[in-house]
Amino acid sequence: MKSLLDLMAPVLICCVCIVAAFRGVDIYEAMVCGAKKGLRVVLDILPALIVLFPAISILRASGLPELLCRLLSPVFGLLGIPEETALLLLLRPMSGSGALAAATELIGQYGADSLIGRTAAVMIGSSETTFYVIAVYFAAAGVKNSRWAVPAALCADLACFISSAWICRLLWG
Amino acid sequence: MFSFLLLSIFLLSTLFSLYFGTSGETGSSLFEGAEKALAFCLSAGGGICLWSAVMEVMERCGMASALSKALRPLLGRLFPCASGDSQTMAALSQNVSANLLGLGNAATPAGIRAARGLAGLGAEDELCLLVVLNTASIQLIPSTIAAVRASQGAVSAFDITPAVWISSVLSVCAGLGAAAVLRRLWR
Repeated sequence: MKSLLDLMAPVLICCVCIVAAFRGVDIYEAMVCGAKKGLRVVLDILPALIVLFPAISILRASGLPELLCRLLSPVFGLLGIPEETALLLLLRPMSGSGALAAATELIGQYGADSLIGRTAAVMIGSSETTFYVIAVYFAAAGVKNSRWAVPAALCADLACFISSAWICRLLWG
Repeated sequence: MFSFLLLSIFLLSTLFSLYFGTSGETGSSLFEGAEKALAFCLSAGGGICLWSAVMEVMERCGMASALSKALRPLLGRLFPCASGDSQTMAALSQNVSANLLGLGNAATPAGIRAARGLAGLGAEDELCLLVVLNTASIQLIPSTIAAVRASQGAVSAFDITPAVWISSVLSVCAGLGAAAVLRRLWR
């Protein structure tokens, strides 16, 4: 099971390439084109990251998140969420780049294979930038009243954060 | 709203660092942050591009369209109004399958087409449901965060995948459950 997970990326690439070969897809050309699209994505988010990384850094250095952690720790303790992830959780529904910056800081500080680092990664991996998605979809549909979408989406986010924390503690705690 | 958020972060951090006496770290952290942003793009960018390359092959193989066909019966149950309209249903299943495969570039246009179709049908509850499904991420391969983990020295970057799956499924279930309750209460 463990070695299968270690090999997940290569196995997946093999499977995709086998299917592609059968379908007559030019694998090399497709991959180069895809990498180019990926580069554009990275370049698109870079300016936002250059603004948001310093904002997250200065916020963390000021000591405000620690105060926030202490204030929120009774609630977080009750829900079983590590209080170090407080800043990440507050940013996650509002700003994808901001949350990525906060998660990268946590992963760098505690280590990618630490419980906090893994919890931050699972939280990011299983959630979305809720308010951004809601804004884009309702604007595109030309519907002004978002009705119950916001509370239902926030319920899903809360469930995601709680379950991420619990699963990570169960698997790696 | 975003500018307000940014302004309050800068203002609060400056005021609090004076109050806490952490002004030295705070001053230097600003430029370290900008440096980190560039370093992040250089170190995690390679991984992100590589996955984008694999996903392009997936898309060209027709994996996304095969998945979207397989998903259609299940989605028909969740979206009874849309199932009568074949174009909206096609956009909807494309959106969900692109989300599952992590094809962000394909998911949003399909989702927008589905949202417009649902709004046209007057299916407001189903439009909300579509949005809730899109806000609760349902990705099979957490490629971006795996690239971040790899760049920060993870032994096995993808070993969080099962945890991401379980957490995603639970959050989608919570979203669907909340939707089922709220659509009855909302009048």
